Amino acid sequence: MSDPVSATPPVFAPWDDPSETPLIHFQNVTKRFGDFTAIDDLTIDIYEKEFFALLGPSGCGKTTLMRMLAGFETPSEGVINLAGKNIVSVPPNKRPVNMMFQSYALFPHLTVAQNIAFGLERSKMPKDKVGARVDEMLKLVQLEKFGGRKPHQISGGQRQRVALARSLAKAPKLLLLDEPLGALDKKLRTETQFELMEIQESTGTTFVIVTHDQEEAMTVASRIAVMDHGRMVQVDTPDRIYETPNSAYVADFIGDVNLIEGNAASHHKDGKIEIHWREGEPPVVGTPMVPIEDGTRCTFAIRPEKVHISKEHPEGKANILHGKILDIAYLGNISTYHVELPNGHVVKAQRSNSLRIERRKFTWEDEVWLWWTDTAGVVLTA
Amino acid sequence: MRKFTWFNAVSLTLGFAFLYIPMLILIIFSFNSSKLVTVWAGFSTKWYVELLQNEAFLDAAWVTIKVAVASSTAATVLGTMAAYVLVRGGRFAGRTLFSGMIYAPLVMPEVITGLSLLLLFIAIGLDRGVFTIVLAHTTFSMCYVSVVVSSRLVSFDRSVEEAALDLGCTPFEAFRLVTLPIIFPAVISGWLLAFTLSLDDLVIASFTAGPSSTTLPIKIFSSVRLGVSPEINALSTIMIAIVAIGVIAASLVSKQAIARRNREKKEAIQA
Repeated sequence: MSDPVSATPPVFAPWDDPSETPLIHFQNVTKRFGDFTAIDDLTIDIYEKEFFALLGPSGCGKTTLMRMLAGFETPSEGVINLAGKNIVSVPPNKRPVNMMFQSYALFPHLTVAQNIAFGLERSKMPKDKVGARVDEMLKLVQLEKFGGRKPHQISGGQRQRVALARSLAKAPKLLLLDEPLGALDKKLRTETQFELMEIQESTGTTFVIVTHDQEEAMTVASRIAVMDHGRMVQVDTPDRIYETPNSAYVADFIGDVNLIEGNAASHHKDGKIEIHWREGEPPVVGTPMVPIEDGTRCTFAIRPEKVHISKEHPEGKANILHGKILDIAYLGNISTYHVELPNGHVVKAQRSNSLRIERRKFTWEDEVWLWWTDTAGVVLTA
Repeated sequence: MRKFTWFNAVSLTLGFAFLYIPMLILIIFSFNSSKLVTVWAGFSTKWYVELLQNEAFLDAAWVTIKVAVASSTAATVLGTMAAYVLVRGGRFAGRTLFSGMIYAPLVMPEVITGLSLLLLFIAIGLDRGVFTIVLAHTTFSMCYVSVVVSSRLVSFDRSVEEAALDLGCTPFEAFRLVTLPIIFPAVISGWLLAFTLSLDDLVIASFTAGPSSTTLPIKIFSSVRLGVSPEINALSTIMIAIVAIGVIAASLVSKQAIARRNREKKEAIQA
């Protein structure tokens, strides 16, 4: 066996490296608007070259957090460091930070090229260099032919690119993106997500994106911060957010999930536990990440795609449930089966439709078996 | 298309007759060759010629234009600033009181505004003349400008200004380079409104004018008291013509702007 360190390609994970200093450091930041606490004693680090996503329902404080980075809001308490300097009292025009606005906020009286040049001209850049930089940015967002147009003369997708080019033109240390793709239709949004990632990589800029679209956050981000009521619920890589959520809130917010609530009871010596959740149903067997005491109230979370569905009784599986198909959500590539257990609880199971529809195995009212392994789900105590 | 009915035709005729018959009579009699205003004695333009030789009227016209330009410009600057602060200044203490106070002169009787200004000028020992009329007109017309400009600012996407700050503008640069160009049409209409108000104000001007500074409305009013002369009719006809040309030009310009915008949009969609 070779050395495992040299065998794996270098992974971008500065948050796991204690010698790295973060680009942005929020230290016990609180922001109140009158009686309302938008950000509640929040501490977080964001590292250089990250694509950091702030995800949460509306009103969770993600936009306030971003506006504090841009300088449009001042924290009520706490310190915000950017590259080691406290920026709390620095006005927005003096920060090496640029923002792409949700409404794009293009200047309607200026052409596309003048919009992009606007920030450069404020920075006292020589005129010939401004022109070269504008051309470079137009090329980056593939709008070379549109420099002379006014914002109302181009399409929504093109406006989005102009806004991106304008915010990147000054080569900021940090780019803030407020719901940058919210106004685009789904197909264009997916394409643009990949473009954003490419631009982020090629320019090496640190991106902080605010979104309420969990799929978008999963696609683009190096790390996701799931927020609720002004607090960070979990900050982690997309795969860990999805596979090992730290709370029922995160599990439920990201993707589709089955939540089973019950009381823990020790099961095996190997750390597995049983969750007794409903009279007449077998207990759910799961593997908690940390030891759980007997009798603890906990939630078992399992993703529908990890629940197998079959017509025959599966032998020797850790968790087996029996029920009847109540509903089928057919999405083309996958189908989600809503299976009602005898006690009325509905468990969702997903199958990819690798066979043509006429040979589908299950239909409404079918009696089926559901099963999963003892490591397929997570045991949550929060 | 609505159907033609006698009722519609009669209402239309009555309405327009009510509005325009007085002006029509004035215009017709301005071309009357008789000295008597109400007796038609044939067509003539002699009153126009006489008007152009009447030094007193020409002086008054010149004073009026100077006052209107100076006061509407000052009112536009002050009114725009006030509107900007009231709309953008956030919720500072007493904001409701301030915005109420800026609109109060709109409903204040002109006699009271004029009298209070007169008392102020006497109290501070300011000699009445062109300058005091300009001050007085600025005072009462700036709230009109403020109303026009703030209605534009309210419908204006705030993030455009934030984008300017974000790209390195100081707050003043953001106003000058972004906000002002966008709200400029509203500022212009505010200026035009203030200009018209100043042009035809009689009450406030007569309180604040001095012996050397008679405006056209004051001149007309005082000469009518000695009897209506055909010269006044000629002068009024000229003023109606100027206003009509101005209104028609303004509407043509804005129509053209809309047409151009629509055409550009169409081109953008086709491209």
